[in-house]
Amino acid sequence: MKDVIVRAEGLRKAYGSGTGRVEVLGGLDLTLHQGEVLALLGPNGAGKTTTVRILSTLLAPDAGTATVAGLDVVRDAHRVRRLVSLTGQQVALDLKQTGLENLTMIARLARTPRREVRGRVAELLDAVGLTDVAGRRVDTYSGGMRRRLDLAAGLVARPRVLFLDEPSTGLDPRSRRSLWDLVRDVVAGGTSLFLTTQYLEEADELADRIALIDGGRVAAEGTADQLKRQVGQARVELDLADPAAALRVRTALAVAGSGDGSLVSVPTDGSVAHVRELLARVEATGVVPASWALREPTLDDVFLTLTGHAAATTQTEEKAA
Amino acid sequence: MSALATYPSSPAGTVRDALSDTATMVGRSVRLATRDVDSMITAAVLPVVILLMFTFVFGGAIHVGVGYVQYATPGIILLCAGFGAANTAMAVEQDMSGGMVDRLRSLPMTSWTFVLGHVVASLAKTLMTTAILFGVAVAIGFRPTAGLLGWLGAVGLLLLFVHAIAWAAAFTGLMVRSPDAASGFSFGVMFLPYVSSAFVPVHTMPTWLRGFAEHQPVTPLIEAVRGLLVPGSPGAVTGDRLGSTALLAVVWCLGIALVFAVGAGLAFRRRR
Repeated sequence: MKDVIVRAEGLRKAYGSGTGRVEVLGGLDLTLHQGEVLALLGPNGAGKTTTVRILSTLLAPDAGTATVAGLDVVRDAHRVRRLVSLTGQQVALDLKQTGLENLTMIARLARTPRREVRGRVAELLDAVGLTDVAGRRVDTYSGGMRRRLDLAAGLVARPRVLFLDEPSTGLDPRSRRSLWDLVRDVVAGGTSLFLTTQYLEEADELADRIALIDGGRVAAEGTADQLKRQVGQARVELDLADPAAALRVRTALAVAGSGDGSLVSVPTDGSVAHVRELLARVEATGVVPASWALREPTLDDVFLTLTGHAAATTQTEEKAA
Repeated sequence: MSALATYPSSPAGTVRDALSDTATMVGRSVRLATRDVDSMITAAVLPVVILLMFTFVFGGAIHVGVGYVQYATPGIILLCAGFGAANTAMAVEQDMSGGMVDRLRSLPMTSWTFVLGHVVASLAKTLMTTAILFGVAVAIGFRPTAGLLGWLGAVGLLLLFVHAIAWAAAFTGLMVRSPDAASGFSFGVMFLPYVSSAFVPVHTMPTWLRGFAEHQPVTPLIEAVRGLLVPGSPGAVTGDRLGSTALLAVVWCLGIALVFAVGAGLAFRRRR
């Protein structure tokens, strides 16, 4: 087994006080190994942002401990900062400076040797594909360009651990793909990556291991394949005319009701044989579905299967961020 | 080594690192200030409007024994310098509420240089707007009669004052949680000179207000600046009293700067 680079044990954090007190983390345990990509997967309000803010020294936990390369994130915060970098949901750049000025500033503050600043910045601009627009002010950049520059800013100091908080939220599919390619390059360079996301697809694309976070604790952990094996590689989704018909189909297929009226969702391995068998069983009930489709499992499916409830969104994380 | 590879971190911070961080952060704040065109225009135009208003609108009705522009200009210069410096509160607040402060805090930089950058940029910006204001004052009849020493003294006092207000503003910017609260501070600072000898002689005020006006920091400052720039004019202190008034002004400014610089350092560290 590779060395542990990030370890969190029993992390707790609550916001507010008295009756307004909301517990965001309720004893969270996690490990990230050297060179590994871990995705913390969960809905808004599950405690993802709070977790990365604690691990990157921006927030102190109420209880529990966290270490990066063996250094405590509270006591040795200053040394931890030399090892980690956080790229958050909010783009952390000066909009009124150019891309080049932003990166140069950060390279200097990150103690890049004076003679190497220029080369390092040029190298990073090239890596994130922004060399052509380096002289333009960031407020003229698109969302995807800003996110890439933000990532470059996080890489200036060559962190050993990179924290990415919902890197692709709000990006169009093409920008998201190009960001993923970039992230894969970073990981190939030896950086360990701790990623948060609400998209199963993103976790699947990037992560070696996925930790499902629910109500401030890790509810399930494993590789994408392990989780999917529990959830089903794909789902057959049937839209039936009415709830009564849906109930008959659910009984015939022996699946739990999601409580969602006339919709029935069944896990499948996606093979022709299995899908045919499922449809045959539906047909045998005599109910004719209005429509049906084969689709990838979503975060909701994962949640429903592994935690027994839907991926409900709460407000607390918004406030924390 | 590829652009995206890892390398071990550098050794711990030194005084040289702190100086280098300060230079970087000052450069940033100055660049951001000069690119915020709206606030630059406001900072340059507002003082001129106030000067013109006092001279031509109120000036005729206020009798101080000398042309009003000669009496009021030192006060207006201080008022506007204070206002410019107080706007630092908004710049700091904006930085604290944006994502940038998280990025800076997660870097191994000397973090308090972030606040210092704002203070130094504020000094530079205020010097520039003050120069414009001074030019206009001379154009409408302000005639400083100071010698070289008087000039140096006046500019020095002005810098100390701006420096003190900028630290108070930085502290405020760190403590408040909204842009509105930050701009409230600028207004508060802007009103201080009104209750001093800046625009009218203190003895014309009601007794209860006179006590405050005579003992607040802006009064010795204005009287000293007036005494240095236009010696012998009404409201200007002279001789030995000039020395002690100037000293009092210096003590006030240094005291305010020290208290709020320490406060700002603590506030910056506390907000995590």
